[in-house]
Amino acid sequence: MMEEAVATYREEAGELLAELETSLLELEETPDDNDLINRVFRAMHTIKGSGAMFGFDEIASFTHEVETVFDMVRNGKMTVTKRLLDLTLKSRDHISYLLNAPVGEDVDRSAGDEIIAGLRQLLPQAELPQKGSSEVPAIHLPEISQDELPNECTWRIRFRPAPNIIMCGTNPISLINELRGLGTAQVVAQFDEIPPLDELVPESCHIYWDIILTTSRGEDAIRDVFIFVEDDCDIKIELIDSSGLIDREEGYKKLGDILVERGDLSPVEMKKVLLLQKRFGELLVEKGIVSPEKVQSALVEQQHVKSVRKERNEAPQQEAAASIRVPAEKLDQLINLVGEMVTVQAHLSQVSLAGGDSVFISISEEVERLTNELRDTALNIRMLPIGSTFSKFKRLVRDLSGELGKEIEMETFGAETELDKTVIEKLNDPLVHIIRNSIDHGIEMPDVRRSAGKSGIGKVYLGAEHSGDSVLITIRDDGAGLDRDAIRAKAVERGLLQANAEVSDREIYSMIFAPGFSTAAKVTSVSGRGVGMDVVKRGIEGLRGSIGVDSVRGSGTTITLKIPLTLAIIDSLLVKIGKDHFVLPLASVEECVELTREDIKNSHGRNLANVRGAIVPYIPLRQHFGITEQLPEIEQIVIADIHGTKVGFVVDHVVGEHQTVIKSLGKMYRDVKGVSGATILGDGTVALILDMGTLLQTIELMELSTKGS
Amino acid sequence: MAKLIMTADDSASVRQMVAFTLKQNGYDVIEAVDGRDALNKLATQKVDMLLTDLNMPNMDGIGLIKGVRAGTLNKFIPIVMLTTESNDTKKGEGKAAGATGWIVKPFKPEQLIAVIKKVLG
Repeated sequence: MMEEAVATYREEAGELLAELETSLLELEETPDDNDLINRVFRAMHTIKGSGAMFGFDEIASFTHEVETVFDMVRNGKMTVTKRLLDLTLKSRDHISYLLNAPVGEDVDRSAGDEIIAGLRQLLPQAELPQKGSSEVPAIHLPEISQDELPNECTWRIRFRPAPNIIMCGTNPISLINELRGLGTAQVVAQFDEIPPLDELVPESCHIYWDIILTTSRGEDAIRDVFIFVEDDCDIKIELIDSSGLIDREEGYKKLGDILVERGDLSPVEMKKVLLLQKRFGELLVEKGIVSPEKVQSALVEQQHVKSVRKERNEAPQQEAAASIRVPAEKLDQLINLVGEMVTVQAHLSQVSLAGGDSVFISISEEVERLTNELRDTALNIRMLPIGSTFSKFKRLVRDLSGELGKEIEMETFGAETELDKTVIEKLNDPLVHIIRNSIDHGIEMPDVRRSAGKSGIGKVYLGAEHSGDSVLITIRDDGAGLDRDAIRAKAVERGLLQANAEVSDREIYSMIFAPGFSTAAKVTSVSGRGVGMDVVKRGIEGLRGSIGVDSVRGSGTTITLKIPLTLAIIDSLLVKIGKDHFVLPLASVEECVELTREDIKNSHGRNLANVRGAIVPYIPLRQHFGITEQLPEIEQIVIADIHGTKVGFVVDHVVGEHQTVIKSLGKMYRDVKGVSGATILGDGTVALILDMGTLLQTIELMELSTKGS
Repeated sequence: MAKLIMTADDSASVRQMVAFTLKQNGYDVIEAVDGRDALNKLATQKVDMLLTDLNMPNMDGIGLIKGVRAGTLNKFIPIVMLTTESNDTKKGEGKAAGATGWIVKPFKPEQLIAVIKKVLG
C-alpha cells in the first residue's frame, strides 16, 4: 500500500512542480498578483507536507525553506524580485531532482544548500531563521505516556468545559470515560451554573465535573486526555493521596477541609458553621453556602480516599483470606433448590396479593427480596473466570501451528471475566473448532504473509468481556479473511442462495455455519471437511447464545459469541395465548406493540406490521400452535431481535416480566423444534419456553415448502 | 455500523494514505479534494467525523470548518485538522473556527487512528 501512495505522491508532486513553474513564470509578469503568490505557497506546502508523510525527508526540509520565504511574501513582509524568482525556479529543479533520485542513495545536497543560502540572504534581517528552525517540525501528538508511576496516586480533577465544547465536536462525557479508563474514578456533576430555563442555550455545556481518580499513571496521562481542550477549558488537577505516603493512616481529611482546599468554601465561613454543632454538610447546604452537589462531591472524595487507603492497608491480610473447596454437585444442588424456591416464592406472591392482607403482602415482599438476593448469590458462587480455559487454547495454538508450519502467537484478554461453570464447560468444543479454523484457514503461511506486507508471525486473539447479562467472546485472527465470492459461489452451488440474490456480507459469511459447508480446496488433518462450523453454531445455540462473523479480506476474521451468563434462571417475558402461558427469553425481546383487527385488515394477509415506519414481519403463534379459543379484540406483537433481524411474535396478552427457572422437557420432547424447555408458574401451571430462533427457522422452512408445492 | 469519516485534502497521496488507513481499521471513508467539494458533499451526506487539511485551494480548512459549524446536518461532528504547522497560530485559528482536535504532519497511521478513536469517544 505504502508503495502505491509513494507512487501517487511522485505523480502528484510532479504535477505540482509543473504548475509551480507556470505560476512562477506568470509571477514574473505580474509580481503583485496575490492569487499567484498563494498558488506558489500552496504548491510548496503540499509538496512539503505530503513529502514528510511518505518519507521524503530531504524534500520536506528543503521545501520548508522555500515555503517560509513565500509565507513572508504572502504576508507582505517581502516583495517578489527577479532574484527570488530565479532561486525559486532553481528550487523547483532541485525538488524535481530529489523526487526522482533513487531511493536509498545519497543525494547531492550542494545545489540545495546553495539555494537555501541565497534565499536566506533575501530575507529581511529581523526574519532570519533561528538556528535549527530549518528542520521539519517534530510530531506533536497525544501519545499516552508510558511511564507508569511506581505508586498508585489519587487525583482530584475539576473539569470545567468551555460552554461551546459540544459545538466544537467534543463530547465531554467521552473525556470523562477516558479518565475512567485510567483507573478507578468517581464522578460528580456540578449543576450550579445551569442558568434559568429562559436563558438556557441548549447547545451550550453548563455542567462541570469533579472527578476523583485513583491511578498508577502519572499526571501527564491525565493531561493527555484533555490535550485538545486544555486551552479553552478550566482544568484543575491536584494530587490528594499517594500510596508512597509514609503515614498509612486510614482516615482522610474532614469535609470542611476538603471544601476549603477546593476553594468552594472560605475558612471564615467554615468556622462559623462548625460552631453550630450539627452535621457539617447538611448545615452548609441548609444555609445555602455551598451547593448540595459540591458537598456530595467532597463527600465522594472523602469516601474514595478512605476506601483506597483502607484497601491498601488491608491488602497484606487479604492474601491470607481463605477459600473452601466444594464439590460441584453440592453447588448444582444448591442452584436446584434456589430454583424451586423462586417458583414457590412466585406462588406465595400471587396468593398474598389475591388475599389482600397487608401484613401477609409485606411478609411476602420481604421473602421475594431475600429470594432474589439468595438467587443472585447462589448463581454467583458457580461463576468461574474463563481464563482457566484460555491457557488450554494457548497450548492448542502452539501445537497446531507447529504441525502446519506456521508461526502463530495467541493473545488473550478478559481472562478474569466470569461465567457459569456449566457454560464454560460447554464452550470448550465450539472454541476449539473456531480456533482450529482460524489457524488452518485464516492465518497464511509465513512467506505468504510477508509478501502481503504483514508480519510473518500470525496472531490469534481470544477475549471475553461482559455486555449486559451476556458475555461476549471474541476470536479474531489477522489472517487472510473470508473469501466472500468463494462462499457465495459455494452457497449458490449448494442451493442455499439464489444466484442473483442481494445479500449483505454478513449474511454471506453466515453461510459458513451451514452443515457440511466448506470452500477449502484440500482437506487437512486439522480442518476443511466442512464439519465443524455447523457444530459450533448448534453448540452456541444450545447455550442460548448467538454467533456473528465479520471479516475483512486480507486482514482477518472476527467471530463473536454472545453467551448468557447462566443457564439455570433467566429473565423472560410471560405471555398468554388463549388459556396457555408461554415464556420468551427477555434478552432478545426489544418491545411490544399492539396489533388491532384493523391493522390485520390493512396488511392484506401479508403478516407485516408497521412499527414506526419500519416494516416488521410477524408470526401469529396462535395459528402455529393451533390454538382456537376466542381471539381478543387487540392482540400484542412481541418484537424480538433474532441474529440481527427483527421479527414479531403475535400473542393474546403480555403478562409481564418473569423470573424463569428453566426445566428441561425430558428425552421424549428433545426433538420438538421451537421449544427449549418449560417452567412452573406461581400458580403451579406449566409454561413452555419458546426458542425464538428455531421457531423462526421452522416456520420459514414450512413456508418455503408450501410455496414450493 | 461502521463510522463514516470524510477526509478533505487536496493532496491525492495523503488522501489515499488516510483512506487506506481508515478502511483498514474498519471505518468507511468519503473523500473530498478541497474545502468547497467537502462542504458541498457534507450538505447532503451525514458523516460521523471530518478530517481536513488546512491549506487547500478554493476553500481552505478554516473556511470549511466554519461552514460545517454554520450548517445543520453535520453541525456537531468532531473535526480534526491535519496541519504541517506546529506553530500555534494556525491551530488557534482552527480551534476558534470550531475544530475539535488536530494532528501534525507527518504522522504514522497508528497516531491517526489514536486521534480518531479519541475524538469519536
